[in-house]
Amino acid sequence: MLEIALRHAFEGFMLEAEFRAPPGITVLFGRSGSGKTTIANAVAGLLTPDRGRIAAGDWVLLDTVQGIGLPPHRRRLGYIFQEGRLFPHLSVRQNLRYGAWFAPKGTPREDMGRVVEMLGLGTLLDRRPGALSGGEKQRVAIGRALLSAPRLILADEPLASLDEARKAEILPYFERLRDEIDIPVLYVSHSASEVARLATTVVALDAGRVTAQGSAAAVLGDPEVTPLGAREAGALLAARVVAHHSDGLTELDAGGHPLFLPRLGRPVGALVRVRIAAHDVILSRVAPAGLSALNILPGTVHSVRLGAGPGVMVALDTAAGRVLARVTRRAATRLELVPGASAHAVVKSVSIAQADVGIGGDQPGEMLV
Amino acid sequence: MMDWLGPEEWRAVALSFRVSLWATLVSLPLGVLTAYALARWSFPGKQVLNGLVHMPLILPPVVTGYLLLLTFGTRGPVGSFLADFGIVFAFRWTGAALAAGVMAFPLMVRAIRLSLEAVDPKLEQAGATLGASPVWVFVSVTLPMTLPGILAGAILAFAKAMGEFGATITFVSNIPGQTRTVPSAIYAFLQVPGGEDSAMRLVLVSVVVAMGALIMSELVARRVAARVGGR
Repeated sequence: MLEIALRHAFEGFMLEAEFRAPPGITVLFGRSGSGKTTIANAVAGLLTPDRGRIAAGDWVLLDTVQGIGLPPHRRRLGYIFQEGRLFPHLSVRQNLRYGAWFAPKGTPREDMGRVVEMLGLGTLLDRRPGALSGGEKQRVAIGRALLSAPRLILADEPLASLDEARKAEILPYFERLRDEIDIPVLYVSHSASEVARLATTVVALDAGRVTAQGSAAAVLGDPEVTPLGAREAGALLAARVVAHHSDGLTELDAGGHPLFLPRLGRPVGALVRVRIAAHDVILSRVAPAGLSALNILPGTVHSVRLGAGPGVMVALDTAAGRVLARVTRRAATRLELVPGASAHAVVKSVSIAQADVGIGGDQPGEMLV
Repeated sequence: MMDWLGPEEWRAVALSFRVSLWATLVSLPLGVLTAYALARWSFPGKQVLNGLVHMPLILPPVVTGYLLLLTFGTRGPVGSFLADFGIVFAFRWTGAALAAGVMAFPLMVRAIRLSLEAVDPKLEQAGATLGASPVWVFVSVTLPMTLPGILAGAILAFAKAMGEFGATITFVSNIPGQTRTVPSAIYAFLQVPGGEDSAMRLVLVSVVVAMGALIMSELVARRVAARVGGR
């Protein structure tokens, strides 16, 4: 469990953040300028904050009170940068071995062959970074970080410089990292779908402050916490693949309730996590009939959050989990959507993007804050 | 080749190569350090150091030579100190090498500094996060990526040293076999009747060496740049 408390003043900006990163992927989630990268750099030792403490148990990286501040090269972190930052004068193989060379002797480390296989780097080993595509570079960067025998992996928007197709190519590798490798990951992102797919824990940041932290489902399902604004909000449902139907749909079981999605490339029985964007959800007070939408989830209104604009965010507790719906204030008034009212959430199958469905089935958990 | 050049001329060419080689080799580590300090560090007196390094480029060579004589001559402060350790510059080939090295230094530092400034500090940060100490980052990231500039700077400095005349003749005079490098020999041959043929042959040598060095530095820089550029 990594514990981080930082305070750092910039010109016109104050970072004051305190959070914990348990095992798995902890996503620092917020819009640009919220202080995410500053935190990552402070953890890596590339920036010394005015005050702070970063420690995992008795392994203290930084403690300004005690005057401890390890230099970057003694922190044993694998930092995956947004731009890869591969060494252009070294081959892929030499890049991968670079960190291992400096790791203390006798530390447990990942096996080169296994990492090469996991990241699909076998055919790239003798090439130079200049000859790689953006996605290949990021895969090498992930491998390089893993093979440096790190005690923590830092990833600063590792997908931000890639197009959608390359993102879809890399995301599964981070899912494997989370599920197959026992190293905690601190992952900086401003993408709701990356959070939905990867996060074990979410730390939401706004203007240098932590606004919420907890499990991915808990934070994403909280209508009060919309780090990117209401437009990007969406709740996370945990589900299991039940069947692949011949008409191209995959049937999921979410808390005993069926969900139909466009065909998923996951085997029957697999756990998946599905992000339902709030603006894709229609609410109805009565059970709708004669509707083309396949997913109708009955539930109870948990809360209604008024914003400054014409929209409101309705949190609906269903058997499948917490669903967020963004509707107009007028509709909310007309339908008398108040806490405790019963309503149905209507979700079109085709509105659920493949990019918003990830593997792994974390149960919706408790909020820590 | 041996027959083409007379013994006197051959001696001058051999001496020039020795002087230039030593001047380049000894000043190279110093050049890398100076370039690194100018490119990366900020310290009081940085502009003064920058000025000092570039001084020989601007000053009349005869002034540089005279200043060297005052400093490194047998009665100069540094010269008399070093003489106690058996290191003598005045009127020796070592003095010619010192003069050539000083005169070539700004060219070398400029070339290395340019390529140092082209190294992305973010790559050095990446090295540090992977466990490399600052010294190892320099050796494994900065230095190899600066290699084109270092090689180009060294070759350029060598060529410049081959052609150094004013500071050399002022500092260590024009002693055959000791300090008479190719330019000094050309000058000497032109002072005596019938020396034009010898002078012409040495002029040819000078032109070939200068062109060769320029072409080589370009080729080497391009090849190494392609290598460290990751292709």
